[in-house]
Amino acid sequence: MTMLKVENLFASYGAIRALHGVSLEVAEGEMIALLGVNGAGKSTTLKSIAGVLRPVKASVTFLGEEISNRKPEAIAKRGISLVPEGRGIFGSLSVEENLRLGAFVSYKRDRYRADLERVFELFPILKERFTQPGGLLSGGEQQMLAIARALMANPKLIMLDEPSLGLSPAMTDHIFELIAQLREHGSTILLVEQNAERALEIVDRAYLLVNGAIEFSGTPADLERHVDIESVYFGDEDAEICEVPQ
Amino acid sequence: MINLEFVINTLSLGSLYALLSLGLVLVYGILKLVNFAYGEYVMIAGYGLYFFGTQMGMPWYVTMVLAVLAAVLVSYLTDLVAFKPVQAHSPNALIVTSFAVSIFLQNIIQTAVSPRARVVHLPSLFSKTVTFAGAVVPVRNLLVIVVTAVLLIVLSIVMKRTVLGMAMRAAAEQFTTTRLMGVPADLVISTAFILSGLLAGTASIFWVSRASSVDPVSGSAPLLIAFISVVIGGMHSTVGAVVGGFVYGLVFNALSVALPATMISYRDAFMFVIVVLFLLFRPEGIVRKGYVEERVG
Repeated sequence: MTMLKVENLFASYGAIRALHGVSLEVAEGEMIALLGVNGAGKSTTLKSIAGVLRPVKASVTFLGEEISNRKPEAIAKRGISLVPEGRGIFGSLSVEENLRLGAFVSYKRDRYRADLERVFELFPILKERFTQPGGLLSGGEQQMLAIARALMANPKLIMLDEPSLGLSPAMTDHIFELIAQLREHGSTILLVEQNAERALEIVDRAYLLVNGAIEFSGTPADLERHVDIESVYFGDEDAEICEVPQ
Repeated sequence: MINLEFVINTLSLGSLYALLSLGLVLVYGILKLVNFAYGEYVMIAGYGLYFFGTQMGMPWYVTMVLAVLAAVLVSYLTDLVAFKPVQAHSPNALIVTSFAVSIFLQNIIQTAVSPRARVVHLPSLFSKTVTFAGAVVPVRNLLVIVVTAVLLIVLSIVMKRTVLGMAMRAAAEQFTTTRLMGVPADLVISTAFILSGLLAGTASIFWVSRASSVDPVSGSAPLLIAFISVVIGGMHSTVGAVVGGFVYGLVFNALSVALPATMISYRDAFMFVIVVLFLLFRPEGIVRKGYVEERVG
């Protein structure tokens, strides 16, 4: 079943057009990667879906409901959690308080402890750091806290914006393992990554964004067959991109 | 020179100034708006005291509650009517709007009541003095210390222990990310204005009681005080605002005691020199911010 459907998303920052009619779909239980170089419009797409950025024109339907003109808080309430680029940890708030705010839309007194325990199972380090200010955590720990905080909302769809950004290779491995684990637990995930190779290892399908438009979509195997990922990333003008299969 | 009287008077002045500056910083923390209409909330509460007390003859405790509520209501409404519509625009739009609100409220009172000062009756308790371990202290000064202490404790419990308080602190840090958690922006902003009005209104009772009168521009001095306290203490945290208020009170009282009688009328000038020094050498105030901030919009 299609959970999220984005059609003809146009977005701009002032006079600068960032997205030229992006369309994509995420089905329930799927893990999708949105790939592309810096400035291709990956984060802009996520921000537009989450309502942080008001699109110029778009149709975004989530579980059959049009959400493209809703406020971010209303979209969060409907079950979309965005883990923003740069993690967005509240540095002066404790890990506990960060998680409690994560549960803002879903809080039920009798379920809260269980939700916390579930998150601690995935991220045991957060249990140790529970009372510390979020700002004192390491980059990797902050990324885990950001994901954990999103999970506390019991979201239907999790959007991760560059979760491996600025992390050590070992920590990147760990984060990717965790994301794969989330997937096994049945979460629906839209993942934005620069690290295309790593992302393609764990996703079901991928979209390739080039200059604010979807250039290709398909399974990781399709993508590898039809697109020379390296040349896309390193700016080879002759890179061959086949027609987007409809 | 530094005796109990000095300590109590400094604490009371510091308390009053801390209330004033905290109200200014709460809104700044969320909207990054220096609200120049803030003094008018103090003025409105003063007119509340005049209207409900002097005019309608209500008991003083009812009068005070209603006066504070008037400031809360006006603060809340200014956000709804004036600030919210321009919120998405530049920070300059918000500041200019706050000047407009300030002038508008002053003129409303001038037209509706009078440009001249009105007498405010406060309970005789306020003008009494007590002898306290050899020090002669106005009861009013003790009251403001107690009221401020209670308010600060309650506020810090609310900020620390309630989800709304957590959301307020989170929003002061990263407004958009707070909304991504599902926290309504309007809730956070309205709460900031309501608390701002509560603090301005409470401070107003003690501010107005010093002169026992209120006029349409009664708000300008409290605004200036809040402003200076915030420059001294730091704009970026509630702790900074409170610290700034108390430090201002201390310096002001110390100047009053230390300056020779012929210089006492230059007290404000000395105060401004200190402010300028702060702006030159420590523009972020005594309490520095520990995190990056983001503006709404």
